[in-house]
Amino acid sequence: MADPLFEYLQRLGDDSLILAQRLCEWCGRAPSVEVDLSIANMGLDLLGQAQLFLAYAGEIEGKGRDEDALAYHRDAAEFRNCLLVEQPNGDFAQTMARQFLFSLHRELLLEALTASSDTRIAEIAAKAVKEVRYHVELSSDWVIRLGDGTDESHRRMEEGLDWFWRFVDEMFELDALETELASSGIAADRRALRGEFDRRMTEVVERATLEVKPSQWPLSGGRRGRHGEELSRMLAEMQVLARAYPDARW
Amino acid sequence: MYTTEMDKKAADAGLAQNDAEDPAKVARFEERVAADEFIEPNDWMPEAYRKTLVRQISQHAHSEIVGMLPEGNWLTRAPSLARKAILLAKIQDEAGHGLYLYCAAETLGTSRQEMIEALHSGKAKYSTIFNYPTLTWADIGAIGWLVDGAAIMNQVPLQRTSYGPYARAMVRICKEESFHQRQGFDLLLQLVNGTPEQKAMAQDALGRWWWPSLMMFGPPDDQSPNTARSMRWRIKRETNDELRQRFVDATVPQAELLGLKVPDPDLTWNEERGHYDFGEIDWAEFYAVVRGDGPLAKERLKARRDAWDQGAWVREAADAYEAKQAQRSLAA
Ligand SMILES: [Fe+2]
Ligand SMILES: [Fe+2]
Ligand SMILES: [Fe+2]
Repeated sequence: MADPLFEYLQRLGDDSLILAQRLCEWCGRAPSVEVDLSIANMGLDLLGQAQLFLAYAGEIEGKGRDEDALAYHRDAAEFRNCLLVEQPNGDFAQTMARQFLFSLHRELLLEALTASSDTRIAEIAAKAVKEVRYHVELSSDWVIRLGDGTDESHRRMEEGLDWFWRFVDEMFELDALETELASSGIAADRRALRGEFDRRMTEVVERATLEVKPSQWPLSGGRRGRHGEELSRMLAEMQVLARAYPDARW
Repeated sequence: MYTTEMDKKAADAGLAQNDAEDPAKVARFEERVAADEFIEPNDWMPEAYRKTLVRQISQHAHSEIVGMLPEGNWLTRAPSLARKAILLAKIQDEAGHGLYLYCAAETLGTSRQEMIEALHSGKAKYSTIFNYPTLTWADIGAIGWLVDGAAIMNQVPLQRTSYGPYARAMVRICKEESFHQRQGFDLLLQLVNGTPEQKAMAQDALGRWWWPSLMMFGPPDDQSPNTARSMRWRIKRETNDELRQRFVDATVPQAELLGLKVPDPDLTWNEERGHYDFGEIDWAEFYAVVRGDGPLAKERLKARRDAWDQGAWVREAADAYEAKQAQRSLAA
């Protein structure tokens, strides 16, 4: 079994990396220049967070792998991101629904991690939480605007959220590994964040004149490397150059 | 750059009669411009000046936006996280440039909607360079180094252009362009110091981007009939050929530094002129690309139209929501 801290840092880093990669797919294709700018902005924040967490992960592992080795030379089953972030972009409503659900959970998690007994994690979290707070604001605004906009946007936002309810529970799962890390004050207790998440999420969804529809059959497995069909295709694109020229430095 | 000047003749012919504007106002305007004063949105200006500016600024804006596509083509495949972040930040800057420039053009009384419709209908132009494909990662370096390098050549003088909002947009833009050029050069430097495949990639990219980059400065001066007036009006501060020469002079030594060969057998240092002599540009290709026959012209425009059309419901929703909010605050 790998070092639990190494595992945990991959989870934190991969969530950011995979979502950043999805946001990159929007580049030059957003509904307006302003939206393109804001998506790029979130993508940059997430990439930065991924670099910090994965660099630290590599150090903890102690096998000479840096953030690029982890990002570009692991296969899908070695990725530890939650299922939500790997889901395809869909339309703009779907992308914002995903962004909203992820960012809100992430803000609460990072807030808790600013008190981590691991000072490096606490430092990264302190920097990242400010960025993610803004992502929550931006994506909440879009959920509300689209939900309470036109009939079409209302329908699309509803479908966007409905697509993702089944992936929410996984973000609050606390497995044995995180339970142990949480008991030593390194990790945060994800279950303790759920109440606040539900409260704030419901508030936004209701302002968007939409409904929260919890999933009867939540999906999970990302933390153990059990991903959906889309991740390996996404990684094939992301990793193509690095894999084609393994000796090259870029 | 970014202004191809192809549609100038036709447009300006129709403007000739407007030049019969109040001679006193025209004289006063010419005087102010000659004295390097800034013209501001509410100042009187000849119609031809306004139209030329709207065309030039909107073409520049469109170029920033269309230019996101060839670079975006490699964003998801950037081979390291640091490079991905640099490229994303660079493309984000270009989107910002597009925005500043649309705003500057709007001060002349043309809406962004109208400008975007003109782009999508093929009426407005953008820089021909963005109709070329990005085939390898090295193209991302070549674009930063050559295309942004050429942009800097053209835009630095425009910081002193006569129209205030345009000049101020240029000041902000130029600050960022030098970072763009450096990251491109640095990317290529890494490649030429890398594996043989990487070095070949860099050489191939220079081979494909060199001539299109020289074309970015527009047609030669003797085929650019409005240059004189644009210079007099300080819409342009140097001629196409002057800027092109300056670009060649600055760039050839950088290619040498990279150990890459410029694909021009006629390229030689001319001691007497103190400049590089270079070969004839394929103007037939240039005009073909300007006409919209470039390798990826159709794809670029389609990508922009699709993004706009697919985003229509989002923009409508944002407007509808804003209207509802306004009504609510009125009712409250
Ligand atoms: Fe730019
Ligand atoms: Fe530019
Ligand atoms: Fe640039």
